[in-house]
Amino acid sequence: MIGIYLIGAFSIAIALFLSRNKILTFGLLGLFLVLQWVLTVYSFNNFRSTDLNYFTYDALATLLLTVLSVIAVPAIIHSHIYLEDQPAPTETRSIYYASIVLLLTAISAGYLSNHIAVTWIFTEITTLSASALIYHHRNKLALEGTWKYVFICAISITFVFVGILFLSLALEHAGSDDLSFANLVANSSKLNPFWLQLAFLFIFTGFTAKLGLVPMFTAGIDAKDKAPAPVGALLSSVLMNLGFVGIFRFYIVVANTPLHHWANLVIGIAAFLSVFVSTVYMIKVKNIKRMFAYSGIEHMGLVMLGVACGGVGYYAAILHIILHALVKSSIFFQFTQLYRVFQNKSIYHVGNYFKYNTAGAMVLLLGFISATAMPPSGLFVSEFMIFRSLFEAHQIFLLVVVLLLLTMIIWAFGKNIFKILFIPAVDFDDSNVPKISPWESSTQFILLAAAIYLGLNPPTEFVNLIKESIMLLPK
Amino acid sequence: MIHVVLIVFLITLFYLSIANRMLTYVKVLALQGVLLFFIVFLQLNEINTLNLILILLETIVFKAIAVPVFLGYLLKRNKITREAEPYLPNFISLLITTTIVVATILLSNSIKDTHLDKMFFVVALSTLFTGLYFIASRRKIITHVMGYLVIENGVFILSLAVGNEMPMLVNLGIMLDIFASVLILGIFLNKIGDVFKDVDVDQLTNLKDY
Repeated sequence: MIGIYLIGAFSIAIALFLSRNKILTFGLLGLFLVLQWVLTVYSFNNFRSTDLNYFTYDALATLLLTVLSVIAVPAIIHSHIYLEDQPAPTETRSIYYASIVLLLTAISAGYLSNHIAVTWIFTEITTLSASALIYHHRNKLALEGTWKYVFICAISITFVFVGILFLSLALEHAGSDDLSFANLVANSSKLNPFWLQLAFLFIFTGFTAKLGLVPMFTAGIDAKDKAPAPVGALLSSVLMNLGFVGIFRFYIVVANTPLHHWANLVIGIAAFLSVFVSTVYMIKVKNIKRMFAYSGIEHMGLVMLGVACGGVGYYAAILHIILHALVKSSIFFQFTQLYRVFQNKSIYHVGNYFKYNTAGAMVLLLGFISATAMPPSGLFVSEFMIFRSLFEAHQIFLLVVVLLLLTMIIWAFGKNIFKILFIPAVDFDDSNVPKISPWESSTQFILLAAAIYLGLNPPTEFVNLIKESIMLLPK
Repeated sequence: MIHVVLIVFLITLFYLSIANRMLTYVKVLALQGVLLFFIVFLQLNEINTLNLILILLETIVFKAIAVPVFLGYLLKRNKITREAEPYLPNFISLLITTTIVVATILLSNSIKDTHLDKMFFVVALSTLFTGLYFIASRRKIITHVMGYLVIENGVFILSLAVGNEMPMLVNLGIMLDIFASVLILGIFLNKIGDVFKDVDVDQLTNLKDY
């Protein structure tokens, strides 16, 4: 099935690239969504089976693939609305649709791969397709954002490759040359610790560019700022999840060796610094899109803190990353409507959003409540579990500092959001504000509702899948 | 013999750290490609012939000819000035490169591994970090690209160290080389040259938080 999916999706991408006809483009995009959902259903029906040697439908992959398929539908709808509203040349439009299909395909395949080199290849393809999307506006700022993204991602991908080389040296001591995750876990006791340490450092640093963690988080911020908002939604949800998959699958290997404690220390430091850095930027940021992007850095920091502390933290990390993807993508989708009203993304020129687009303002308010993890948001549950894992790991001091930082983030985030929602912007001429249909916000409400539902009342299958994806980790 | 070639490769790094003109960088990169050709030829004697020919072609055609020629073309086309314009004086550059090499040698001394030729480890890691240092210390965007190419050469050497056991990894490295170089060099440097008149990183500071 994965073979059919990859061939089908790549040919759809090529056809979209060549297509100059609107109706044909719609048909192809619809076909791609059908293909995406067929793969998702197939992965549930063939749970735990391996396809084409390098792809396994395991619990983590199935979960994240479903999240991706859910987000892909509104992403394509909002891309269409976006391109109708800001007309681009037909050629640019074709490149946009082809790249978005390529991006979604590469991320799906990256989730499913059971071999570290295959994950790496598909991560490389995401860089290529994402860079074409970031450069959509073809202006100087977009070029700057694209250049930074491509360059930093190229370096980080090279780092992951160096890590894989060190990993192969570590594996030579176990007398094996199969770099699949299953084989690595099976041989984890025989891996050479020195090479494994180096491998972990490089692979972790490399994947932080996609995950959005200190040290390589900067590229992602510029990318999400300059990319069209529907693409920003994908970059800050499903692509971050791909970075998480890369780190988490390798972390499972390291966690089964004596290096477990050391790896936790490395992840913990990077995670704490991410929360700290995002706090600093959140306080002074005035660009709305960048504010959302920094909020993503904060959440990834919390997720990795959960992983570093272990225990209930593993479960919370997976739950958090899923809920965050749903919430953050809906906020980014909402941004396209906000931008259509105000034609600006600076806090100073935006305000009193409730007056112009009530449904959209409700999304923003609910999204704010969700993203800052206030009840009834589902993220409240996962964040609470992360704090519990910190408490159980006897990191009280760290917990207090993180809570203080989060309070500052909520303050800064809330200050800006309430300015957008209620306080009128100075000198804003509202005579030709477009009327925005409330139906456009419906997909965002569904995503937010899903995040609340999954957090407060998770279905049994969902819980079982999360439990199975952390099964290989030591207690 | 292979150690001699590796040491010559290490010396090119020192030369690169004090080089002043852009054309020297291009020439050294071409020389590194040729040296890599010899290293591949001497090192990979256990893999099948077809694969070996592919790898040899990649080093000589891509690394030693295509990329330097293209870089020279870019220099001319975008009218990039001839000076490298580092932030730091050459003497300090040389000191830092030496420190990097000494540090990797010290690190390699702590390895107790009979599988690996330590020379590969030292050369590869010092090339990697020197490349990163070039990126951090040079002002022009094109020198950043050259720093990245130096990093790739370092990674390539490291992949050769395990190449006999796992030729797949060398092939993956080649894929990375071609993919990243084409992406970075081909598409964007052309665009950047068109949009930004004088290609300098100081101009890439317009993305701000406010």
